[in-house]
Amino acid sequence: MSQTALSLKQKDELTLLRPSRGWSTLNLGDLWVYRELIYFLTWRDIKVRYKQTILGAAWAIIQPLVNMVVLTIIFGNLAKMSTEGIPRPIFTFTALLPWGLFSKALSDAGRSVLSSRSMITKIYFPRLIIPLSSVLGGVVDFVIQFFIMIAMMLYYQIMPTSAIWTLPFFILLALFTALGFGLWLSALNVLYRDVGYILPFLTQIWLLVTPVAYSAKEVPIKWQLIYALNPMVGVVEGFRWALLGTQNAPGPVLGISALISVVILVTGMYYFRRMERTFADMV
Amino acid sequence: MNDIAIRVDHLGKQYRIGAQIDRYRTLRDSLVEWIKLPSRLLREGLTYNKETIWALRNVSFEVRKGEVLGVIGRNGAGKSTLLKILSRVTEPTEGYAEIHGRVGSLLEVGTGFHPELTGRENIYLNGAILGMKRNEINQKFDEIVDFSGVEKFIDTPVKRYSSGMYLRLAFAVAAHMEPEILVVDEVLAVGDAEFQRKCLGKMSAVASEGRTVLFVSHNMSAILRLTEETLVLEQGQLLIRAPSMEAVDFYLNSGLSQSGQRQWRTEEIPADSAPFVPIAIRIRNQQGEVVETVRSVEPFTIEVEYGLTAPVTGLRLGIYLLTAHGEPIFTSFDTDNPQIYEDYTIRSAGRYLSRCRMPADFLNEGRYLIGLNASSYRVRRYFQENHAMSFTVDGTGAPGKQWQETRLGPVRPRLAWEIKETLQ
Repeated sequence: MSQTALSLKQKDELTLLRPSRGWSTLNLGDLWVYRELIYFLTWRDIKVRYKQTILGAAWAIIQPLVNMVVLTIIFGNLAKMSTEGIPRPIFTFTALLPWGLFSKALSDAGRSVLSSRSMITKIYFPRLIIPLSSVLGGVVDFVIQFFIMIAMMLYYQIMPTSAIWTLPFFILLALFTALGFGLWLSALNVLYRDVGYILPFLTQIWLLVTPVAYSAKEVPIKWQLIYALNPMVGVVEGFRWALLGTQNAPGPVLGISALISVVILVTGMYYFRRMERTFADMV
Repeated sequence: MNDIAIRVDHLGKQYRIGAQIDRYRTLRDSLVEWIKLPSRLLREGLTYNKETIWALRNVSFEVRKGEVLGVIGRNGAGKSTLLKILSRVTEPTEGYAEIHGRVGSLLEVGTGFHPELTGRENIYLNGAILGMKRNEINQKFDEIVDFSGVEKFIDTPVKRYSSGMYLRLAFAVAAHMEPEILVVDEVLAVGDAEFQRKCLGKMSAVASEGRTVLFVSHNMSAILRLTEETLVLEQGQLLIRAPSMEAVDFYLNSGLSQSGQRQWRTEEIPADSAPFVPIAIRIRNQQGEVVETVRSVEPFTIEVEYGLTAPVTGLRLGIYLLTAHGEPIFTSFDTDNPQIYEDYTIRSAGRYLSRCRMPADFLNEGRYLIGLNASSYRVRRYFQENHAMSFTVDGTGAPGKQWQETRLGPVRPRLAWEIKETLQ
């Protein structure tokens, strides 16, 4: 009797389970309740990533450095594209920094739902957590790489511009874009396993249409607006502008990038919420 | 306000059968579909439902707070689907369920365990997945480690654990959740006897604390011990809800096949059992007839018919014999004999019959269950059903029948006694 009284004192949470129709609300409050799970899953991804590797976290440094060397040689010595007077290695590395964050976040998030199928079929939690935590998992690598960036700037004696305070904005823009596309792709991946095969091509092509190895100025003016539809253009140019002081101060291009990114993110969240009710039956 | 913990009203869940076997559509299929989309939309209402199956239909019941309710039924009866809906893993197709309070589910222990992480790290990760707060895990950490009995290896990656240790740790975390409603599925089907005892102990502790428990099991004695009332599901329908003793009797006597034969319908076979396809299991008497009742004094044969859609290496097909209350009597595999084992290292694709001859004067009178297992040792378990069928043993003529009393124990051997008068 006393136990019944006790349990009645606790707030009587009521959950209604019924078939849902049409579009679901985003229910971000649920995400807040499960915030610790976001933390633990991100932590797990980071913890596991370099286990049983000889070089461990050094891979976070080696990958962009090798990319930098390759791109510097090809685009500098063979294609001879302009760098607006900035030493080519640091010109490339400044772009590889946000690019690495974005491309890793995108491909991890795109595969995330499928690779968490054992959890999805066994237990309830807001599914949005899965792509979200895989996007966050790349942030630690980014931080490590940022220190390399600082070392390179010291070496080349480049002072960051006073616009450096805008960097977090560009980082967020890269993360939002990756999350937005990641949400679309991860949900689509449940329906179509083709997504798993498309992802490597997608990041490869995306790298080419992003001014990582070259300057955005190489793109003819009349194409600039279309070029800006790629949100990573705004991110990469913004990084160079804030850190190296290149001339491309963010303007309408950035506005378009940000708008596209937000649209993809919001539609991605709704699409994901719409699809998640069938995840457990389909993965 | 009220004392209802769970109210389920005309709950139903429909699955597409195609989705089970042919797991995903390709982009090409869908492109073709898009071209046909306008016409398909027009016809959808008529043709769409053709390839679906109701895993659960029209199920309604209520569970009061503090009640421990059992759920029994054959594989494919809808038990797991019911639990998946109640634990919010999947959505119902029709009807609704109302749940008052926080639900913790134990659909499978160790969900989210990562082999590369240590025991300690996995406790935190798994706890978070099960919905525990970090403080809660901190508080119970020592208790969890203590219960699991792996304190020496708590900082070792769990991939180095034996399967028993892994399981104990996983269950320990799950057992320390404190939800108001606990949903449990088959946790006890795995692990050694010692571990099962521990699990059952924890389960009865939870039950006696006045929390609501929904308990799915094939272990009839566990059901009888832990639950007051039990639901019997069959082909997605709720057959009866009754006091557990009655429900278990009902299930054993009428829920299972009476014909001495059990045949598997396609939808009863899990998709992941391929390439193994169970076809039928039968009991044959000395004359070779398929019978439901065999005589204790005559030998009989248990026969399993199955197909292989691809060659399988190291396959062993086994039967479990259990008492009506689910206690195991023995386990036997068709390749137990070293010669047969050598001869059948690889079984090519095709249809097979594995027969096991049971001696006369072996079983006591009563009802028995047969479980089926098809596996390759340490490689994979293709198929397992703990209660594939049941049969009855008639004791007429068995040793000691001159007395009308019931004899304890599942076996009734004819032993060679002698009596000698010795000189003082």
